[in-house]
Amino acid sequence: MSLLKEVKALIHKDIVLEWRSKYALNGILLYVVSTVFVCYQAFKSVDPTTWNALFWIILLFASVNAINKSFVQESRGRQLYYYTLASAKAVILSKIIYNILMMLLLSAIAYLVYGIIFRNPLGDPALYLVTVLLGSTGFACVFTMVSGISAKAGNNSTLMAILSFPIIIPLLLVLIKVSKNAMNGLDRSASYDELVVLVAINMMTIAISLLLFPYLWRD
Amino acid sequence: MKHAWWKLLGILLLLYSIIMGILGPVPALPIVHETIRNVYFHVPMWFAMFTLYSISVIYSIKYLSTSNPQDDLVAVESVNVGIVFCIFGLLSGMLWANFTWGDPWPNDPKLNGSAIATLMYLAYLVLRNALEEEQKRAKISAVYNVFAFPIMIVLMYILPKTTDSLHPGAGGNSGFGQFDLDGSMKAVLYPASLGWILIGIWLMTLRYRIRRLEYKHYAAVE
Repeated sequence: MSLLKEVKALIHKDIVLEWRSKYALNGILLYVVSTVFVCYQAFKSVDPTTWNALFWIILLFASVNAINKSFVQESRGRQLYYYTLASAKAVILSKIIYNILMMLLLSAIAYLVYGIIFRNPLGDPALYLVTVLLGSTGFACVFTMVSGISAKAGNNSTLMAILSFPIIIPLLLVLIKVSKNAMNGLDRSASYDELVVLVAINMMTIAISLLLFPYLWRD
Repeated sequence: MKHAWWKLLGILLLLYSIIMGILGPVPALPIVHETIRNVYFHVPMWFAMFTLYSISVIYSIKYLSTSNPQDDLVAVESVNVGIVFCIFGLLSGMLWANFTWGDPWPNDPKLNGSAIATLMYLAYLVLRNALEEEQKRAKISAVYNVFAFPIMIVLMYILPKTTDSLHPGAGGNSGFGQFDLDGSMKAVLYPASLGWILIGIWLMTLRYRIRRLEYKHYAAVE
């Protein structure tokens, strides 16, 4: 069970590092709140479809910005040090879990702020929240792997956008559909299929990341 | 010449499919009319593309386990040729859509899915250009290729089936199979598909051999 121990230690390290500087977290929080506010100022009132789409776009860009940094912030020397200490699977798993935790916090706050500033009646707020949480988990899974790839390719943020946006679109389409169902207050059984698809996409991405990251990690 | 039988077979199948596709009998249907013959050219493009992308992902996995640069060359050339087939598939589809749906690009999940999948494979080529070092390029792009392949399947073949779509075979629509009572269309469609797949593989091997020669040449010069 050394893998679990390694993962736990690495996540602990990531959280402590973040807590000391609070740079990424505060930056992203400010980014989310100011984007919500800019959208509110620009639109004043929107129809529900636009409201929904706007929320996912804000969340998408916030998560790209948040997760983009996950492999960049550490120097090559330190990564080599981790390589001698932990297995590649532990590294990617810890990064994914850490990013999931961060995205859950981020999306919960975004949801709250967006809901308060930008009033819009929701038919089924609980289901909407579940969708938001599942969606942010999915963003974290996909973007962690892509940021690993783009970090190896010279930390190019354009590359990150080019690589990740086509990959995230299936997830985004399903998310927008479910959240629209939740917004219109449709019966929950109408969204079960999509929720299963969301969970399946998340599991699939984590499995592929676990399989592929060891090849990426070794230089 | 002994090993070239499949290339000849590909050419013969293509000739057969073009002649029979234009002259052969087709069911008379409303709206599509004679454009139903496009099925012999539009559908095989996607079969060929899918085969080439599959070859590419197999060789990417092979590269990751062997680190043989030739596997990487096969993977990238398969994607290169696959993208050409994908573009022809999109173009023939647009021509058909313009005739039957009245719009070359209606907002339809099947069309958008295939366009996004194309973007994904173009991103693969951009990623390769962004990396200078040969081994690193091969490894990172192989990882991305394996990551992108299942998502391509979801985009093109799973999501359109679950939502409303105009496209035959998606969104609860049936394909043309049910109108093909005597199997005369299948007798052209399947050979045509096989023919285009063989031609696609032939093109890929040609490009691969050129790349291999270049690779050896540069290795010799250095």
